[in-house]
Amino acid sequence: MRPLLRRESVLPGFSLSLGVTSAFLGLLVLLPLAALAVKAASLGPAAFWATVTDARALAAYRLSFGASLAAAALNGLFGLLVAWVLVRYPFPGKRLVDALVDLPFALPTAVAGITLTTLYGPNGWIGRHLEPLGLKVAFTELGITVALTFIGLPFVVRTLQPVIEEMGTDAEEAAASLGAGRVQALWRVVLPTLLPAWLTGVTLALSRALGEYGSVVFIAGNMPMQTEIAPLLIMTRLEQYDYAGATAIALVMLFASLLLLLAIGTLQAWSVRRSLGEAAS
Amino acid sequence: MSAIVAARRAQPLTRAALSASEDSRPVRLALTAAALGFLGLFLFLPLVAVFTEALSKGGEAWVAAVSEPEARAALWLTLKVAALSVPLVTVFGVAAAWLIARFDFRGRRLLLALIDLPFAVSPVIAGLVFVLLFGRQGLFGPALAEHGVKVIFAVPGIVLATLFVTLPFVARELIPLLEAEGRDEEEAARTLGASGFQMFWRVTLPNIRFGLLYGVILANARAMGEFGAVSVVSGHIRGLTNTLPLHVEILYNEYRFQAAFAVASLLAFLAIGTLVAKALLERRIGGSR
Repeated sequence: MRPLLRRESVLPGFSLSLGVTSAFLGLLVLLPLAALAVKAASLGPAAFWATVTDARALAAYRLSFGASLAAAALNGLFGLLVAWVLVRYPFPGKRLVDALVDLPFALPTAVAGITLTTLYGPNGWIGRHLEPLGLKVAFTELGITVALTFIGLPFVVRTLQPVIEEMGTDAEEAAASLGAGRVQALWRVVLPTLLPAWLTGVTLALSRALGEYGSVVFIAGNMPMQTEIAPLLIMTRLEQYDYAGATAIALVMLFASLLLLLAIGTLQAWSVRRSLGEAAS
Repeated sequence: MSAIVAARRAQPLTRAALSASEDSRPVRLALTAAALGFLGLFLFLPLVAVFTEALSKGGEAWVAAVSEPEARAALWLTLKVAALSVPLVTVFGVAAAWLIARFDFRGRRLLLALIDLPFAVSPVIAGLVFVLLFGRQGLFGPALAEHGVKVIFAVPGIVLATLFVTLPFVARELIPLLEAEGRDEEEAARTLGASGFQMFWRVTLPNIRFGLLYGVILANARAMGEFGAVSVVSGHIRGLTNTLPLHVEILYNEYRFQAAFAVASLLAFLAIGTLVAKALLERRIGGSR
């Protein structure tokens, strides 16, 4: 049985660090999020339900979840490819490329937003070649997916890289010496090893994409019912001084984020168990 | 002789083993090309485009755009907000990391989840919650208005929203670092009679300094670049509550594209600086482990 608060330790600073941590979390995270619940409660259940299920809100969730899932899937595919190439294959300029992967974390989202819009617009470097093919990217769902893919790009790469490094080539060599072909070795040995980390990365990218605002608003077009993402709808309600309406939709999105956070925690625990299990055997 | 036979016999087997544990050259080339093509299209091209658009009307237009009074006010506000929020986030990060990595107590996992929470919350919601607390219709709004304190549509609100979105950065870097270091050195310092402050200053801090700096740099990049959360609480008052990212938005919406990209290029420089610092520090952190 653990003591109520802490195990005896010669290390100092328990009360101080607990105090500082609780004060910050309480004032900056818990109190504000409680305000969200209080405001939503002021609506009453019937009005709350009507707000979160009106046609415009439903269209916004559908778009937000659809585009975020598409972007996460794209990142799952290309993130695996990039992580694999960065760890396994030598090529010139690798360090530079590796550093560049974090660009979406470092570049302010508004900058990403206006740049992608310019690139994929009808006169942009990329958009101008897609237009003749009948592909409109800027101001469509496709553009939203492009922006969400950009901002989610580092997650899958960065969660997979250390796992691929740690995995080494021993297991593949063992599979090969037991008569497995390359495809078999990849499918039966490599991919199962990477699965927990890969799922973690994809879920992180999905979670980030769901809440993303800055990089999307410029390229989205922002037409109600068509290209209006849920965070933008919250913003619109707020600008119309419909605070309760904004709060209700925010609560739905927050709930989705918390579920994803829970999933990420479970996946990470699975990943750790998996690597500990392997170390033990 | 028998050794040669054995070697001959072994050779095709090793080659087969090699082909099953290593990708063939064409596969390697194709995958590398695909990965680099993807990164080139999604990362490198946008970065180049920022600077090309910023300089599309020449250097003088760039200088004019970044030195006009509103741009300078935005730059000043951005620096001010970062200077106010990053130290606070650093204090929180060190305290939280020390608590989580050094003590075992009830509610530790819950606290860890709370530290991560701001990463999962949409920036728009991060701004909204402070409007609900301190806005004119907010819980504390009337009381604040009575005392003439302005939080929303003013600098304090921007700092609060920035604090919310940057809160986890330093703690997230330090927790794994402190856990990897273990507590032996610190316990030794204590048993040898060091005060808590001496132990922290002489033992803990030198061990975590690169990780700390790394966390601070990441928090700073986010603080200076935050858009969604700040956009909700700022009110977009030109020259007063406009940070650099908000100024970029205003210029862009006014179709002053070159000026928007010129100001954006300042933020892109910040991003490049952050990436360089990150690459350099990662090697130091990796080396000290």
